[in-house]
Amino acid sequence: MSPDSLAIEVTDLVTHYGPRIILDHVNFSARQGEIMVVMGGSGSGKSTLLRHLLGLHQPTSGAIRLLGKDITKMDADEMFDLRKNMGVAFQGGALFNSMTVGENVELPLREHTKLDDNTIRIMSRMKLEVVNLAGFEDLMPSELSGGMIKRAALARAIVMDPKLLFFDEPSAGLDPVASAELDELILTLRDAMNMTIVVVTHELESAFKIADSITVLDHGRILMSDRTAAVRASEHPRIRALLDRTPRDDSVDADEYMERLTREIN
Amino acid sequence: MAEKTGGLASFVTSVGMRSVQAVRETGYLAALLVESFYWLLAGFRRRQPVRMAAIFKEAMSAGVNAVPIVGLASFATGMMLAIQGIHTLRTFGAEDQVVLGIALSVTREFAPLITGIFVAGRSGSAIAARIGTMTISQEIDALRVIGINPVRYLVSPILAAMLLTLPALTIMSDLLALLGGALYCAGELSLPLPIFFARTFESLIAADVLQGVYKSLIFAVVITMIGAVNGFGVTAGAEGVGRATTRAVVLGSIGIILADMVFTFLTSR
Repeated sequence: MSPDSLAIEVTDLVTHYGPRIILDHVNFSARQGEIMVVMGGSGSGKSTLLRHLLGLHQPTSGAIRLLGKDITKMDADEMFDLRKNMGVAFQGGALFNSMTVGENVELPLREHTKLDDNTIRIMSRMKLEVVNLAGFEDLMPSELSGGMIKRAALARAIVMDPKLLFFDEPSAGLDPVASAELDELILTLRDAMNMTIVVVTHELESAFKIADSITVLDHGRILMSDRTAAVRASEHPRIRALLDRTPRDDSVDADEYMERLTREIN
Repeated sequence: MAEKTGGLASFVTSVGMRSVQAVRETGYLAALLVESFYWLLAGFRRRQPVRMAAIFKEAMSAGVNAVPIVGLASFATGMMLAIQGIHTLRTFGAEDQVVLGIALSVTREFAPLITGIFVAGRSGSAIAARIGTMTISQEIDALRVIGINPVRYLVSPILAAMLLTLPALTIMSDLLALLGGALYCAGELSLPLPIFFARTFESLIAADVLQGVYKSLIFAVVITMIGAVNGFGVTAGAEGVGRATTRAVVLGSIGIILADMVFTFLTSR
């Protein structure tokens, strides 16, 4: 596998929140046109990893190469150009509440292209068509249901035809049908546009349905990053616990426990 | 005794923490101000221009929509100055000097101050609430990942709009306050309106009006930046937005009064 075919390459990523270490030497990569699912329980650091992949925070150390360029060493102008090739659908949608759905989807085109008004409108309607929201462009985000908000956010994320698409918790807060539809949509997008898609989720069923590769995070460390089948067959106890939905059974260190309880008490 | 030093230590700690916080916030405010001007002046060169349409939209909501309330407050203040002025000057038998008093105090002090306070209450809070809500709903992150600088998109247009509309509002406030004063004088001193205004424009020089206009420019910066800093600083959900909004109004108003004092001190010596 030549390094050119890697769309995402994270090497030795270390990040802190205050003095606390959140990501501890994280390494993983995703190939062009692949759907990579980042899985992990709450507090595993998967949201933090996503925010670093999006260039929203500066890591303590390590490199994040997107489409062959290290975003930790980029200046603002290079990052600005790269962002045109990135689409992001946030967990809560993060639609701009002061704009209609249509204006939300049009915004990236208005800011990054010099296309005329009608072209922009047609292109954004095409994307709304893709996510089955045709005819909803004049509604405000507050008038949409949870599933519609996620799909509208997806339409905004893909309106520039990005090479990289990031999707945070697509199924969170959705009923099983809506969440299955969203999974289908993600697969369609990859097949139709050959996007590299990173999906962050803790939803097992959806992860196995869409993933080509799965990266499992736990306490800020990568437990495994491999093809879906290999992860499914893994014998690692923590991964098994996650897959079989067994409660975690960490042994408690007595000294550490006392130290935690009495910390900062004199 | 041990408890007492503990109390003192925690007091010193809290004073220290607050000082660090204040210094940090001031530094952030200064950086934000520089960045806002940077995007206004150089945005088009970085392919991120500040849009005229956005500036006009902000000018409508911050400036034009403030006209009735600022106008009413200015008119009432002008009349109040006339009432107090005549009452005070009557003790010296010099009530016809009230025109000079009103003219100078309105243009140099009251018009910009009233305009500033009202705009701080209307727009300072709106800026903080809008940016704060966008921060907690990840809309600011969404802007950043789309490749839109949030300062360029949200703060620069408001700053430009405020710098355009606040001086205009101040001039309007000047005129309406003078009208309020003139109407009262017409009734109380039987001083016809044309004579009131003739005497006013005789005693005023351009520098008096300009001082008010310069002040309003400073207030525009103070209101916008304090609103924006509090908005971007929101962390704790809806409650945080409420707190930021209150803080933006309180700090904005006191900021205006302090800036006014410093500016007046520096220019009137």
